[in-house]
Amino acid sequence: MSGILIENLNVWFGENHERVDAVKNASFEVPEGGSFGLVGESGSGKSTILRALTGMIQTWNGRMEILGKELGPTRDRSFYRKVQMVFQDPYASLHPRHSVDRVLSETLELHGFGDTDTRVSKLLDDVGLGPAFRFRYPHQVSGGQRQRVAIARALAPEPEILLLDEPTSALDVSVQAEILNLLTDLRKKRNLTYLMVTHDLAVVSHVCTQIAVMQLGKIVELLNVEDMRNLRTAHPYTSHLLHSSLAHRSEAAEAEIISTEVR
Amino acid sequence: MSNLLDVENLWVKFETRSGIFEAVRGISFSLRQERLGIVGESGSGKSVTGRAILRLIRPPGIVEADRIDLEGQDILRIPELEMRDVRGQSISMIMQDPKFSLNPVMRVGDQISEAYLLHANTSKAQAHAKSIEMLEAVSIRDPERVYSMYPHEVSGGMGQRIMIAMMMIPDPNILIADEPTSALDVSVQMQVLEIMDRLVRERGMGLIFISHDLNLVSAFCDRVLIMYGGRIVETCEADKLHEAQHPYTKGLLNSLPRLDAPRDRLDVLTRDPAWRDQPSMSGMI
Repeated sequence: MSGILIENLNVWFGENHERVDAVKNASFEVPEGGSFGLVGESGSGKSTILRALTGMIQTWNGRMEILGKELGPTRDRSFYRKVQMVFQDPYASLHPRHSVDRVLSETLELHGFGDTDTRVSKLLDDVGLGPAFRFRYPHQVSGGQRQRVAIARALAPEPEILLLDEPTSALDVSVQAEILNLLTDLRKKRNLTYLMVTHDLAVVSHVCTQIAVMQLGKIVELLNVEDMRNLRTAHPYTSHLLHSSLAHRSEAAEAEIISTEVR
Repeated sequence: MSNLLDVENLWVKFETRSGIFEAVRGISFSLRQERLGIVGESGSGKSVTGRAILRLIRPPGIVEADRIDLEGQDILRIPELEMRDVRGQSISMIMQDPKFSLNPVMRVGDQISEAYLLHANTSKAQAHAKSIEMLEAVSIRDPERVYSMYPHEVSGGMGQRIMIAMMMIPDPNILIADEPTSALDVSVQMQVLEIMDRLVRERGMGLIFISHDLNLVSAFCDRVLIMYGGRIVETCEADKLHEAQHPYTKGLLNSLPRLDAPRDRLDVLTRDPAWRDQPSMSGMI
């Protein structure tokens, strides 16, 4: 059984002459317990796929399956128990006037868990935050700690699938390493399935084993991480992306500028 | 070759309820016609350093220094009115995010012209022509069309190039770029850097490049200052950054995931409290 199955997915915004096709005919499959990365530039449609999957966008057609179950136009509570999302910016995704304790216990209560008290401390433990953080407000913890709280909230309903939308791009590199290690450990421990969206190829190669490269709403290439590391790509856009991110490292950085019009 | 800028013993302090917070703690460095990188994590004091040079730290923030010497003039001690001429004409600053740094209700072309009109005694028509020329210099293909657009109509990469055009038009000697590319996609990043690099080289400017991205700084700059806790912990040639000695620099480098060298776990930086108390290294030449 596959964890996530996407077949011929189209997502659009607006009607008639204002219609913008954000995702065009996308298909991919993430096995249960696998980790899959979507990469591409801003506007390529990678986050839109996550938003359609979670029911935040209604205008889509095609086929989406979660753990063998086909998704309709709406999502019920049982969906959100299986699928949870971690957002990009921990400064924006936590309610500024809710304490960590309230954020976590609210989620637990929503999903009908009893035993809130022990579960909250267990969750904090799992993401490497001690009991000292339990009654703090978001402004009293650092960016990396906020992202840990956001991950704890996502783990609260004991999901099987985590959707990660650029989970480290707002963080410093040293903090990014901590969060990536945490995500690696959690996946192993809980046998989670990850679908990650990022524009950082080094991060995606660290976390994911399968990668889809998106450009202008289309998946232009599906490849596994070994192929990506060895620069075995079929599509010119993939090699362009790879070279731009490796260029930082190489001495010939200045030589490696491929002009694509920005707009 | 003489120095464009000398900063000696710069301190920046902010009063908080729990006492005085020292954001920058006595750093010294100089700038020639070169690309000087300042790297560090958030809170290391790198952006505050850039703003302090331009005297953009407002009270109750406190800026102290033995001297900030710009071509023989101590800009810490000149009146605010003269400082306005320094900003733009001698030193310009490119901010991180074009979304927040451009005036949203003013056409981008008018914003560029305004920068020129303020500093050069010239006519509007001439400022218009010069702005178009500048937009071309930052590789914008259809400058006339872009001139009359509003900031929300341009993409991030284009907005950043417009900012660069605006900062370059008064022809400053020193450019301070505070994370100029971190809001941009990788492939657009390279373009913006290439444009900045070309302009800096052609005009013989000094560039202070503030960034948290070590690889970027190592590839793009000539010399690097690494900041931690408001001090400079290490200085080195940019291409030798990967041979850095200080445990903080090494830790930062090792915490990066690498496309070409897979690892199961990333190294996590353990901070030694002693780093904060080590004396600041001098970045003077």
